[in-house]
Amino acid sequence: MADSANPDLSGDGSGDGSGDGETRRDFLYLAAGAMGAVGTAFVTWPLIDSMNPAADVLALSSTEVDLSPIEEGMAITVIWRGNPVFVRHRTAAEIEVARAVPLDDLPDPQADADRVQKPEWLVMVGVCTHLGCIPIGQRPGERKGEFGGWFCPCHGSHYDTSGRIRKGPAPRNLDVPPYEFLDDTTIRIG
Amino acid sequence: MKKLSIGAAVLLFSLPAGAALAAEGKELPERDWSFSGIFGQFDRGAMQRGLQVYREVCSGCHGLRFIAFRNLGALGYGEDEIKAIAAEYSIEDGPNEEGEMFERPGRPPDRFPSPFPNDKAAAANNNGAVPPDLSLIVKARTGGADYVHGLLTGYAEPPEGLEILEGQNYNLYFPGNVTAMAPPLFEDAVEYGDGTPATVERMAMDVATFLAWTAEPEMEERKSMGIGVMLFLLVFTGVLYAVKRKVWADLH
Amino acid sequence: MNGLTITALVKWVDHRLPIFSLLNEELNEYPTPRNLSYWWNFGSLAGIVLVIMIVTGIVLAMQYTPHVDYAFDSVERIMRDVNYGWLLRYIHMNGGSFFFALVYIHIFRGLYYGSYKEPRELLWILGVVLFLLMMATAFVGYVLPWGQMSYWAAKVITNMFSAVPLIGDYIVTWLWGGFTVGNPTLNRFYSFHYLLPFVIIGVVILHLWALHRFGSNNPLGIEAKGPQDKIPFHPYYTVKDAFGLGVFLVLFAAILFFAPNALGEPINYVEANPLVTPAHIVPEWYFLPYYAILRSVTFDIWFLSAKLIGVVLMFGSSLILFLMPWLDRSPVRSARFRPAYKMAFWVLVFDCVVLGWVGANPPEPPYLYIGQVATVWYFFHFLVLVPLLSLPALDRPKPLPVSIGEPVLKGGGAASAGAPAKPMEKAP
Repeated sequence: MADSANPDLSGDGSGDGSGDGETRRDFLYLAAGAMGAVGTAFVTWPLIDSMNPAADVLALSSTEVDLSPIEEGMAITVIWRGNPVFVRHRTAAEIEVARAVPLDDLPDPQADADRVQKPEWLVMVGVCTHLGCIPIGQRPGERKGEFGGWFCPCHGSHYDTSGRIRKGPAPRNLDVPPYEFLDDTTIRIG
Repeated sequence: MKKLSIGAAVLLFSLPAGAALAAEGKELPERDWSFSGIFGQFDRGAMQRGLQVYREVCSGCHGLRFIAFRNLGALGYGEDEIKAIAAEYSIEDGPNEEGEMFERPGRPPDRFPSPFPNDKAAAANNNGAVPPDLSLIVKARTGGADYVHGLLTGYAEPPEGLEILEGQNYNLYFPGNVTAMAPPLFEDAVEYGDGTPATVERMAMDVATFLAWTAEPEMEERKSMGIGVMLFLLVFTGVLYAVKRKVWADLH
Repeated sequence: MNGLTITALVKWVDHRLPIFSLLNEELNEYPTPRNLSYWWNFGSLAGIVLVIMIVTGIVLAMQYTPHVDYAFDSVERIMRDVNYGWLLRYIHMNGGSFFFALVYIHIFRGLYYGSYKEPRELLWILGVVLFLLMMATAFVGYVLPWGQMSYWAAKVITNMFSAVPLIGDYIVTWLWGGFTVGNPTLNRFYSFHYLLPFVIIGVVILHLWALHRFGSNNPLGIEAKGPQDKIPFHPYYTVKDAFGLGVFLVLFAAILFFAPNALGEPINYVEANPLVTPAHIVPEWYFLPYYAILRSVTFDIWFLSAKLIGVVLMFGSSLILFLMPWLDRSPVRSARFRPAYKMAFWVLVFDCVVLGWVGANPPEPPYLYIGQVATVWYFFHFLVLVPLLSLPALDRPKPLPVSIGEPVLKGGGAASAGAPAKPMEKAP
């Protein structure tokens, strides 16, 4: 700290003259502005991405289900990614009914064969495609709606034995999750 | 100006340095780690061997509770190898439909099971000392990987006159020099799959490398991102300095 | 056309809520002394770090669990599983350290250049309030990861209030919400850690308001005499602050990416254990000088316990800053023109470094004695030296320059004409 009262600007005094400085100045401003913008964008991404599902959440995104204890006409509910998945061992009659429906009668036309890998096993996400309630009809004795499948009590959507929307406000059939048969009695969802 | 900046520099940097307390006992020997320095990366071979040492030697007493099998991809294992490793462990899951807890083979999302259900069980089985979980041990000890290596290789005869109780061991680098942990490593305690001779020194280095990774699995990503960020900031700051000079030039 | 619409919108809003006029006056045209040195960068830098801390803190709070059983694990989950969680957490953790470094430099700059003097007393006082709020925020924040040092810092600091006569123990129990630091304590600390930064923002606005009332002090410590002494804040100081920010970020990134745990204590990566105190407990580096003062009092005086005196001195060491405008009666602001005060200032800086060093070492000789001497000196500086050096007889000020602009424009020294400069000093 010099004793003189010279303010600390002295170092900046030896600046370039004007003249052709004009373009150089514009370039510098542009470069600084652009780098600032790019830097800010790069800084923003980690903040946003941190709110996406974390590695441990993604790692849990597959669930294995043992089908052997499920008798014909029965269903179980398993959890996959925090949502219920309906696994139903359908009866021959239910399969018949599902297959017999003309596609023209469906709000969201899809053949039953396109919704199952093996006809007796119906696997689908048990979340109403309207606004996310859980339809009833899994347990014996529960209301199954007008088409013998599932019924969403929140806003009155009726699903058939293939989980297709037949009546009510829901826009789509119940979603079929990705799953595969590991062997005859085990599936892995996800 | 200069004096003030020196003062500030002293204020900034002398304090944290002074804060590091001298560890008791003998000075830790420093090893040359694959992961030290700003370009340092984990030696994959050492990590895999270190995992083997952990599984075959340490895991009897020490947990690794923050590490999931899926994380082992960072050691260079493929999906099937990870599944195979996970399946060798039995994981408690449940409750099932009957409300019972049950055991099943491990899967990639599972974490390494701890050897004891809780600290009290751990203490009861280990002469009252709780073997610490190893996930963070390299970050949680002054000296880091050097400390782990030093501890594992630092068992020695106690000096004259020092009484060591039954179940206690003298160690050059353990704080206080007396530890309940018996010397865990001996020549050929494991048989390395890659044919590396399993000397005590080699095993200590390998397991310390492995544990450096478990403590800081983000390290490689952090360093490589850091190099990019530093380069960007240096250029950016240079441009800003030029702009600053330009702007101020017309004032003089 | 697009530009036209925006201009019209701005005008429309500004007519009803003159926020754009305000920003223009306070950030763009705002007249600033033309001779500010780089020591004047640290206030705005601290402001930027405050924003960084709040932004990263809000995102971290989305992943953190304030419960004794889950806090430590949730922090590790942030470090391992959350996307860029390690980056956000390391920014937040090291940001605290850098925040203190910046604010300490900012405070010492104020002490050196007499920035606390009339008419900026309230500006200074608001600054000290900010500093105290910041210390409180840092302390409760340090507890959240629920490591060993978190826990024992919480226990030791809260226990200080037990030194209060008669009701001390009740206060401590009340602070804890139990019979020791536990889940209620962690929960309320989390609540405060989220609240206090916004209180800080409020006080920062007051701090800036008070600053802009009379404008910045400057290295000469003399008031601007006219427009020739001042320049608009933008672009001159915006670009200078931006460059300073760049330099800061380089240093910050170096620690953040290559030695993120260098400023912390390893033992805080061991989960809190209420039954075992670590062998050496030390606070974060920025609290070490206070810790040294606290531990320097090892004897009772009269009926006052050593504990009480230590706690009072520790808090007093910060609170004493409030009195600075009245302890220092010298009409000359800048230490450039006060040879003896300048020397005393540097001794104080050294004294604080010594206190920090003592705080990092165990409370036993010789550290103990050095700490006691340094503590006495600290209070001697403020309570005796500063008032004494206000007297012209003891610290004869050098002649002040006539104006800010003059030496700048002429490029000459203070007493440029060699003439015995007329003292600028006003009334008192």
